[in-house]
Amino acid sequence: MIELKNVSFSYYLPEKVDVIKNINLIVNKGEFLVIIGRNGSGKSTLGRLISFILEPTEGEIIIDDKKPKIDIDYIDIRKKIGMVFQNPDNQIVSQIVEEDIAFGLENLNYSEEEIENKIDEVINEVNLAEYRKFPPNFLSGGQRQKLAIAGILVMEPQYLVLDEPTSLLDPKGRKDVIELIKRLNKEGITIILITHRMEEAVLGDRVLVLNEGEIFLEGKPEEVFKEVEKIRSVGLSPPVFTYLSYLIKKENINIDIKLWKLEEIKKEILQLKLKI
Amino acid sequence: MEIRRNQERNIAVEVKDLKYTYSKGLPYEKEALVSVNLLVFEGEAIGVLGHTGSGKSTLIQHLNGILMPDSGEVKIFGEKINNDKKFLKNLRKIVGIVFQFPEDELFAETVYEDVSFGPKNLGLTKEEIDERVLTSLIEVGLNESYLTRSPFSLSGGEKRRVAIASILSMRPKILVLDEPTSGLDPLGREEILKLIKRLKNDKKVTIILVSHSMEDVLSLVDRVYILNKGKVVFGGDTVSIFKDKDSIEKFDLSIPEIFMLGEELKKEGFNIEEPFRDVEIAKKEIIRNLK
Repeated sequence: MIELKNVSFSYYLPEKVDVIKNINLIVNKGEFLVIIGRNGSGKSTLGRLISFILEPTEGEIIIDDKKPKIDIDYIDIRKKIGMVFQNPDNQIVSQIVEEDIAFGLENLNYSEEEIENKIDEVINEVNLAEYRKFPPNFLSGGQRQKLAIAGILVMEPQYLVLDEPTSLLDPKGRKDVIELIKRLNKEGITIILITHRMEEAVLGDRVLVLNEGEIFLEGKPEEVFKEVEKIRSVGLSPPVFTYLSYLIKKENINIDIKLWKLEEIKKEILQLKLKI
Repeated sequence: MEIRRNQERNIAVEVKDLKYTYSKGLPYEKEALVSVNLLVFEGEAIGVLGHTGSGKSTLIQHLNGILMPDSGEVKIFGEKINNDKKFLKNLRKIVGIVFQFPEDELFAETVYEDVSFGPKNLGLTKEEIDERVLTSLIEVGLNESYLTRSPFSLSGGEKRRVAIASILSMRPKILVLDEPTSGLDPLGREEILKLIKRLKNDKKVTIILVSHSMEDVLSLVDRVYILNKGKVVFGGDTVSIFKDKDSIEKFDLSIPEIFMLGEELKKEGFNIEEPFRDVEIAKKEIIRNLK
């Protein structure tokens, strides 16, 4: 469990800018938490605080009953929680896929055999085994992002924070990375996914809407996205069929505003047609 | 792909058998464009799709002479791009390129300085420059109050719009946009899409959109070219491509769900006049059928 207690984060420009304002939040073990919010809402900062890359200006963050210090407990932190960013190319450091995966392990006194075993395990997890001896630039965007994730997974973290991991990827890469994230969550890794894509946001157990550094809405996806006007008032928009049902309802047609699947909304519209 | 040449329309961009290799002659040389042919009419919006590494970025850098072809040619309004300095200067007035994450290129202390940077090099009077800066800001949905602000104090969506305004202040006839909505929040994205539509419809700017977002492509462009390994492998009318399951699968595209809904309702006997290119069209079409 990760617990944020009255966490704030500010920087000076030189005038003080409050990016995160007094946030209280519990991330449960095994949970799939999604964080959404407009550009500048503080999502990425919150992600960096949760993954102990930034230290809060005020408040504290407790991870599994401990309060690690970034500068002292660096290795312990990285064995517990990893963070993946938007651009895989900023996270890939080696010339060969397997070396890149092993990079984080190299200073940790593992034997060569142990390192080999860990690479084996992770490379299969992300489906890159056939590219083991290849240079990373041989891989597609989606594969490079999976490689970046593999480099984190090799540390065997229980928590994984992903900051818009699919925003630079093509549709196939996006699908691949999302499938991987879902699988990792099923295997017990706690996922904190920051995204602008609402079709990804609905995958979470819980969605957190951040606005101006504060929690604006929080709940299950079906609860949060029903609040179409609230969601749009903070620069976001619900998944397309939820928004469509909202627009139709505004024309005085009786339709539920909810998370619709394609087949469901089609049936509903056909029903509505029969009634007239 | 064969495109019928329409005598009535000017050709804005013509690319013929374009080849380009990076690091030519070195052990790690990379053939980025093997043979690219494409045609864009004036006032048209086209999309260029393809995987990361398919050659999209290399292609667009040829459109205003940042890169010069190894062989083949690129013509803008009938004139072949060449290395002549005067020609290039003029070319960059005609073809504006908004690169990916253009806000990273903002450099000045105020929005005014950033947006006026281009026009200042055109030998215009102060009044003409100011007029261009202001109209460009208004075009992107910002206003006078932004002129003296620091670009760094703006939100991500606003920064992106300032960066686009700084290209628009050159009054390009052809606007090339590389992933213009990537990394933007949903409403920021809607604003950019509206802006591009306005430029196309009201200002008759020719649009070349490079994108991974099928939603953006469907909502904005008339025709699509698909690039793979440095070649145009497919092309055609946007709506018919999204209707064609084979090409969708073959080129790893994905069909936006809103579009699928329109096709499904049509099959069920709904009277659908316009394909569902976005949620507003979908609403309009459904309401008409329900009233």
